[in-house]
Amino acid sequence: MLTKKVKKRVSLLSILLFLLIISLFFILKSLTSNILYFKSPTDVQLEQDVNSLKKIRVGGMVKKNSLNINDNEIKFIITDFNNELLVSYTGTVPNLFSEGKGVVAEGRLQDKKFFIADRILAKHDEKYMPPELKELMNNDAK
Amino acid sequence: MFYLISPSKVFNLIEKLINFINSIFFLLLIVALTFALILSPPDYLQGDSVRIMYIHVPSAWIGLGSFTAIALLSILNFTLKIKNLNMISKSLAPIGLLFTCIAIVTGSLWGQPTWGTWWAWDARISSMVVLSIFYILLILTHKFILEDFKANKIFNILAIIGLINVPIIKYSVDWWNTLHQPSSINLLKGSSSIHPSMLLPLILMLLVLLLYCALIFLMKYKTEIIKIKKKNIKRI
Repeated sequence: MLTKKVKKRVSLLSILLFLLIISLFFILKSLTSNILYFKSPTDVQLEQDVNSLKKIRVGGMVKKNSLNINDNEIKFIITDFNNELLVSYTGTVPNLFSEGKGVVAEGRLQDKKFFIADRILAKHDEKYMPPELKELMNNDAK
Repeated sequence: MFYLISPSKVFNLIEKLINFINSIFFLLLIVALTFALILSPPDYLQGDSVRIMYIHVPSAWIGLGSFTAIALLSILNFTLKIKNLNMISKSLAPIGLLFTCIAIVTGSLWGQPTWGTWWAWDARISSMVVLSIFYILLILTHKFILEDFKANKIFNILAIIGLINVPIIKYSVDWWNTLHQPSSINLLKGSSSIHPSMLLPLILMLLVLLLYCALIFLMKYKTEIIKIKKKNIKRI
């Protein structure tokens, strides 16, 4: 079955695939900043200068006990457990938005510690369970 | 080895298989839907919108899986030049496109109540769109290039190039920050972060959709074989 022709085609194909993977790897590597859907607070810290006109997205966890809702704005802290970022937002939030859950905020950076959001998206984690089980787990934690 | 799956030999078998799947399909569909829509509990966070997962996840898997199958068949075909494999991969393409589109649309419907947006250009979603574009290109090659030999060649090359996209889709959620959550089921470790009461309907739905996929594939494959037979009669 493995004649000379077939062997030739196999080697051609493997070389082509190898080149394709290598080139794609470099393309993706150079595009990383565009592929990232949001920046973490650490990424924001590492940036050289703050451009307060450019729209960006930042994401992480809503820090526990940091959510502060008053009449005209919602304030909370996004954390990636290394760095933190204070976010101010006016408007409605998705149902899943709450403390200790993932969040993505779209808006403009004022400085490296303060962010004004135009839109809030809630991020869901990969865990699925019935509500009774969650209550049991909460009771155990207490 | 490959003469065993030659079209003329499997033709009768296909007919029997189609009948068999038809006989059990609706029964299984009803069982799976009862589990997915009635017996399984709502999620602690998302409530009832978790039920969208039971169709979203299996169709995404099937969309990815059938493209992988097409690409592997194309590699085999490219090296060994077995004409029959072309017909198989050609018949797999439409059903793959259908399930990829179902995954994208149901994902969008799920995204609105959970994330708060219909659409986000994150790595997972964009790479799924690229997958559907590859499917469309594959189908269009056979629609627009009438010369079979040429069409098959382009089809194979497109499928092999598209194979690179498959690991990108799979690992996009681990490599980059995405809005889409990471995968819940890890086959290598055998662990899952989905509660067993929700895993059961998921697996049942996967089974049902796989059967549907097989059904449509077999019907398409049958028409392809009939087309070939007709051509041969004309030539005689």
